[in-house]
Amino acid sequence: MERLLAADQLVAGYTAPLTAPVSFTLCRGEVLGLLGPNGAGKSTLLRALIGTARIFSGTLDKAPGLRITHQRQRPVRLPQMPIRGRELLHLCGADQEPLPAKLRPLLERRLDKLSGGQLQFLQIWACVGNGADLILLDEPTNNLDPDGIAALGDAFQHLGQHQAVLLVSHEKSFVTRVCTRRVELGDVEQLA
Amino acid sequence: MLNNWLDPLFQGPLITGLLLALLLSGLGVYLRLREEWLAALGLAQLAGAGALSGVALGLPLLAGSVLGACLGAGAKNLRQGLGNDAYAVMILAGWSLTLLIAANSPHGDELSHAVTDGQLYFTGPAHLWSALGLLLLSALLLPWLSPRLLRARFFPDYDQANGLPAWRYHLTFDLLCAAVLAVATASIGLMAAFALVFIPAWPAFQFAPGWRWTLVLATAFGVFSYLLAFVLALWLDQPFGPVLVAIMLLFRGAIALLKRTA
Repeated sequence: MERLLAADQLVAGYTAPLTAPVSFTLCRGEVLGLLGPNGAGKSTLLRALIGTARIFSGTLDKAPGLRITHQRQRPVRLPQMPIRGRELLHLCGADQEPLPAKLRPLLERRLDKLSGGQLQFLQIWACVGNGADLILLDEPTNNLDPDGIAALGDAFQHLGQHQAVLLVSHEKSFVTRVCTRRVELGDVEQLA
Repeated sequence: MLNNWLDPLFQGPLITGLLLALLLSGLGVYLRLREEWLAALGLAQLAGAGALSGVALGLPLLAGSVLGACLGAGAKNLRQGLGNDAYAVMILAGWSLTLLIAANSPHGDELSHAVTDGQLYFTGPAHLWSALGLLLLSALLLPWLSPRLLRARFFPDYDQANGLPAWRYHLTFDLLCAAVLAVATASIGLMAAFALVFIPAWPAFQFAPGWRWTLVLATAFGVFSYLLAFVLALWLDQPFGPVLVAIMLLFRGAIALLKRTA
């Protein structure tokens, strides 16, 4: 399987290092779960992969021409959003059939009329369903009820063989169910 | 009054203003999406100051206006991240410069009033062709800009994650807004230009069922208000800018009242 990402002793942060060194690889077809205690810098590590956080030491190799999508831990929620669910998916090229059944009632509704969980699911599908090579999901189960978490797990069945997912989650049961491998990010304070 | 409408003297200004009303209310939707309506006021103020500076230096009013607004758009892109602070500086700088030039140049005071209130009924072919050119340019650019601006708003990490040069379309949009606001400030005046950016998008954002309808409702609101203001200002012999603002605020209030009673 072609390797998309390789991190070696990677330390990320903003003005100062926030993560313990971590090493991992990610290949097409894999779903890699990144686990760790609160404050270990899991989200910071994802941001380092897309260039919005700084890499302090170690190396990160990305396959050339990689197409990446990133779902933030807190989706963008404006006070007024006159955009329908279908329009949001279309922006990302994620409106192709087959769409998950849970999405259908949301397609014609404005984003600001959706609950937190509904908006979360829609945003995740916008990242998952657009054929990107590498999908980065930051706490995708946030705001989702048990049905939503189950539907999210089913949505992973739609992934193509050319795609790979790196997800951060504190839900160990979800990670166990959907991930093909797991990486534990150490507590930076313990390692310091 | 009908004679005035049919008079060729008023047909040019009517069409110039109509094109600008369409452009401003459409661009206002994107400015509201980007939470940059204050930037529009800053650009309009700089356009006004640029127009007066240009006249003081012997340049045409329209050229000075475009130059002032485009310099503002360039500075805004260089100072990204300052947000409302940078826009407030643009407003204050434009305002201060306008008043200083008005106080220190011959006919400056009259020109300053003309830039603020507008001189729609005295616009000529240069304004008309500029507005038409900008409408055509917008029709070409917006299909490319629109999905990128929307995606940048809802998925702000996408461009950086994929190494895409987002600055190209942010700068293109800013320069387009600057040029439209500059021509509008030199034609319908600073107050009317800002009102057409700010007010139509406001109820459209609240009530439209989707993005296309937001654009349709905002431009319909802007164009209808403009046409009514054009007729009423002529009929009642009142300055165009304040009449337009009064009409739009009345419509906005009526829409809010209808919503509350529905």
